[in-house]
Amino acid sequence: MTARRTSGGPADGRPATGPLVAVSGLSVAFPSGPGGAPVRAVDGLSFELAPGGALGIVGESGSGKSTAAYALLGLHRDTGAEVTGAVTVAGHDVQAVDAAGLRRLRGGVAAMVFQDPLSSLDPYQAVGDQIAEVYRVHHRGASRREARARAAEVLDRVGIPDAARRARSRPHEFSGGMRQRALIAMALACRPELLVADEPTTALDVTVQDQILGLLRELRAETGMGLILVTHDLGVAAGSVDDLLVMKDGRAVEHGPVGEVLHAPREDYTRDLLAAVPRVNVRRATRKDAPHRAGGDDSVLLEATALRREFGRGKRAVTAVDDVSLTVRAGETVGVVGESGSGKTTLGRMLVRLLEPTGGRLGYRGRDIGGMKERELRAFRSELQMVFQDPVSSLNPRRSIGESIADPLRAAGKLDDAAIVARVRELLERVGLAPDSYHRYPHEFSGGQRQRVGIARALAPEPKLIVCDEPVSALDVTTQAQVVALLGELQRDLGLALVFIAHDLAVVRQVSDRLVVMRGGRIVEEGPADTVYERPAHPYTKGLLAAVPRLEAAEAPA
Amino acid sequence: MTTELLITAEPEAGTAPASGTRQVLRRLRARKSALAAAAVLGLLVLLALAAPLLAAIEGQDPNTYHDALVDSARGGVPFGDFGGVSAEHWLGVEPGTGRDLFVRLAYGARVSLLVALGATAVQILIGVGVGLAAALGNRLVESLLTHVTDVMVAMPLLVFAIALMAVVPADFPRPVLLVIAIGLLAWGGMARLVRAQTLSLMKLDFVSAARLTGGSTWRLARRELLPSLAAPVITYAAVLLPTNIVLEASMSFLGVGVKPPTPSWGHMLSTATTWFRADPMYVLLPALMLFVTTLAFTVLGDGVRAALDPREASRLRVGRNRRKARTSGAGGTA
Amino acid sequence: MTGYFLRRAAGALAVLLVLSVVVYATFYIAPGDPARLACGPRCNPEQIAQVRAQLSLGDPVYVQYWHFLQGIFAGHDYSTGTAVLHCDAPCFGLSYQNNQQVTDMLIERLPATASLAVGAMAVALLLGTATGLLSALRRGGITERVLTWLTLAGTATPVFISGLGLLMLFCAYLAWLPFPAYVPLTEDPEQWAWNMLLPWAALGLLESAKYARLMRSSTLETLAEDHIRTFRAYGVAERKLVTRHALRGAVAPVVALSAADFGSMFGGAVLTEMMFGLPGIGALLVHATTTLDLPVVVAVVMVTGTAVVIANIVADVLYAAADRRVALR
Repeated sequence: MTARRTSGGPADGRPATGPLVAVSGLSVAFPSGPGGAPVRAVDGLSFELAPGGALGIVGESGSGKSTAAYALLGLHRDTGAEVTGAVTVAGHDVQAVDAAGLRRLRGGVAAMVFQDPLSSLDPYQAVGDQIAEVYRVHHRGASRREARARAAEVLDRVGIPDAARRARSRPHEFSGGMRQRALIAMALACRPELLVADEPTTALDVTVQDQILGLLRELRAETGMGLILVTHDLGVAAGSVDDLLVMKDGRAVEHGPVGEVLHAPREDYTRDLLAAVPRVNVRRATRKDAPHRAGGDDSVLLEATALRREFGRGKRAVTAVDDVSLTVRAGETVGVVGESGSGKTTLGRMLVRLLEPTGGRLGYRGRDIGGMKERELRAFRSELQMVFQDPVSSLNPRRSIGESIADPLRAAGKLDDAAIVARVRELLERVGLAPDSYHRYPHEFSGGQRQRVGIARALAPEPKLIVCDEPVSALDVTTQAQVVALLGELQRDLGLALVFIAHDLAVVRQVSDRLVVMRGGRIVEEGPADTVYERPAHPYTKGLLAAVPRLEAAEAPA
Repeated sequence: MTTELLITAEPEAGTAPASGTRQVLRRLRARKSALAAAAVLGLLVLLALAAPLLAAIEGQDPNTYHDALVDSARGGVPFGDFGGVSAEHWLGVEPGTGRDLFVRLAYGARVSLLVALGATAVQILIGVGVGLAAALGNRLVESLLTHVTDVMVAMPLLVFAIALMAVVPADFPRPVLLVIAIGLLAWGGMARLVRAQTLSLMKLDFVSAARLTGGSTWRLARRELLPSLAAPVITYAAVLLPTNIVLEASMSFLGVGVKPPTPSWGHMLSTATTWFRADPMYVLLPALMLFVTTLAFTVLGDGVRAALDPREASRLRVGRNRRKARTSGAGGTA
Repeated sequence: MTGYFLRRAAGALAVLLVLSVVVYATFYIAPGDPARLACGPRCNPEQIAQVRAQLSLGDPVYVQYWHFLQGIFAGHDYSTGTAVLHCDAPCFGLSYQNNQQVTDMLIERLPATASLAVGAMAVALLLGTATGLLSALRRGGITERVLTWLTLAGTATPVFISGLGLLMLFCAYLAWLPFPAYVPLTEDPEQWAWNMLLPWAALGLLESAKYARLMRSSTLETLAEDHIRTFRAYGVAERKLVTRHALRGAVAPVVALSAADFGSMFGGAVLTEMMFGLPGIGALLVHATTTLDLPVVVAVVMVTGTAVVIANIVADVLYAAADRRVALR
């Protein structure tokens, strides 16, 4: 716990009469159902923010960072949550203010931007009307016409082209980035003194994220409003805030200027957190036994030629993967990166034949498995496995994890029951879980542990190749690092080939020998990982790499 | 044919699988209303099972006429207060015939429960089978079964069931006919539910993982799908049960259901329409039985649904925040 | 949009064709002599022979079915031995017991059924949405508990019980209303309304329970959505949150369901019609079933099925119109 400090404001000469935000001893507890003790999400949190200052609140899931941010707008009122401590925003005591005063505060003094821009807007109403409505809540005398004009003005300010006309569109007619811009416009509409952004870029692609963060920086400089940026991504915070507050289990672990916290952390937890963050500009740790040396076998395992997949028929057909050719050799890791809609997941599912290609050839060790019927495929199933993204849905909640892992062994029917159990226990140990966990159920495990179970299940039939589809994107950064390390270790020991699909370029760099960059269903660039990362040839790859937020963006302490 | 009968609560697409039978039972026990409903239904089942025994204790049987107990001068109204309640006839006698009301009500419970349970069982069997096959089969099977299901859902159930009675030979045992008619006609909603649930389960990664084990489709259905389908199927069956009870009563009320002299609450109510001024007890008793039974089933069904779909498990929902598209055409499930 | 309608219409036609096959197979190929069944129990052998000829029962099954379909789409000529009787499309054959064309019988019964359906639906929708909304907004309070139990009781009361109760209360004991006897709207609108009051109440009350439950759950679901949180975080008052941002999404499924139900009311309000002696299509069906008037039974099933199928299409369109996120495809 560090001393309480006030984040410094910008040098715009604004009189600093007192802090814009003052939080002291804030605790938020949620009732946990009948009989249970309440769950403390935030526990004795204190911080201050000077007018015009920018504070990043970072932490892993469950650290209480969003809960703390919600308390600034009194959003826990009437939800059953128990809030204690003092919260003052621009001189208003959020805890004590009456309902009407709270409504004036919300949006008028402090405005909030939420994570998912699609669900955060009313699907039935035009975007401009929604902004105008908020404006009229805080400007009672304003006419409809004035409110509309203001809506168009702020939409224009956040970079919506042809704002007056686009204001009449409904949210679903906007792209993800434009929706987030619209939400920011709504926040701007009443000229608040404080903007609270709760994971504002988490649902967005990296290039769009870069634009939104740039917009936030610009607006802050222009309007002088304060910013509280809640995020799990240290890189996002690094370039956008002055001060950083690191949270863990509802408490502040470290609080200080962003450069200091990132480059000279005082607390062990912060150091661990920083060490776990994958860096896009750092080469992969060299493997002692360089690529495709394991077992000396570097023959071609999987060869896709002009692979193609369409969904739907006729006029509405969408081509998800278009003319993709790719080879995977034994023992190597091929990284596949791309933004949402690039077709990378579809490609991954075709490689293990969960999906049937609609065109092209998919060869596995010389046999064309692309058009095979399910029955013929069974002989190959054990050799091509997959690790899935979502640690929740990838395990059957009704079966013990041991049974889930044993499934491929039982289906093969080669081993007797005792041998299967022994093998499962061995696999559990191999992925770092207690062998006695055989009879436990998925809900008893954390996300990272479930992902380990998923890896054990994929290993069970002794495959030659595993496709990992965003295997760590649902995990916190420290868990992410552990799972990535485990995958690398297994690959080295077992001579597996991996296809590692992810949207996070930094994570992919940690594991890949070769890299494939996808966009709109096609491969735009392919090559040895270090070459692509350090000397990208295609402009799209260049843009993608430039947009990745970096910890170095924050200045090191003088 | 939802109209007039019962409410078919729209089954939720993507109902979260509950975590363990024990937890479900624990949550169910925590709901007082569900417990009370279960107790009432327990009594009712007991009444139905023990009907011959109770009749023996009372010393009556359902079909003996007691002309001496009704006032033929007043058209057959029972002598005495409250429809002729006495030590021999605990709930009085039927106007016109003088048959013992208590025993007839108890035997009526047998018919009602038997038909409802039997019909529900048939609905579950057909619905689960067709729904699974439609979800897992190839394009031809799928489109065929989906169309057949659409027809079944569009079929005006009560209308068709009534119409069926016109062509089936009169000597066919009516309770069995009712089970078959309701069961064969009203599985559309269940099939739709199972198909939708299966399709959303198929999108989950653990089913994909199971496909990678190289087992057969039947193995997949048995090991991964059926256990997860149990919760929504049970929930929906709990909704179908009271619907079927009312359906049987309705058909008997209209004179196309159980045939006299077999006792049936619906049939009693239909004769009661001519007696309600002179002998209100005769209306109230079967109406009360039917009302309490349906209410108890409905309350229990609500409880089961709440216990099976806890918010704790809602993270497993397939289409996270998106509201589901309408799951069924609602036309013909009840 | 046009493409959607064409596809839906084609699908509906397919469904109806299958339905007609099933219905035809059930009633005309099933065990027993269809001619005897169609003609009714009081026919003599000559009459039965004539019916057999008119229904072309001597022909192969598919030809018989073809005649049946032809009648519906193009009309049919029946020879009665001495004269030829023309039956216009849609022709569902002749009711031999009543010596009348089935289509005419249906048209005769339509006003009573329509009167019931429109009025009951209005009662059900108004009462149901209001109750559901109120119980969702007063969540956790005594109002919600009372409304929940009332709604549950409503769902558990078949229409012949609530109808009987209403009759006993208002006609027998209180004697505020006469026992209902149907008066056509065209004859005397005031009497029509007075006499329809109890049937509307009985059917409307039952249906309203269903809409109340649906309305409550969909309101709660909508209020839990993220965009409501957004407007709450911008100081929009709770009442406005409901009226401006939650109501539309919450009403969409209710409107869609009511459209679907409206279709089934058009043949299916059998119990209410019987209970209150309304000369509607449902009552016709019960009468035809008990007197074994087969052509009438078949016609009612087909007409009701058609109404339900069309109502379901209307329901989908209404739902998509109300909820922009559902695209018509």
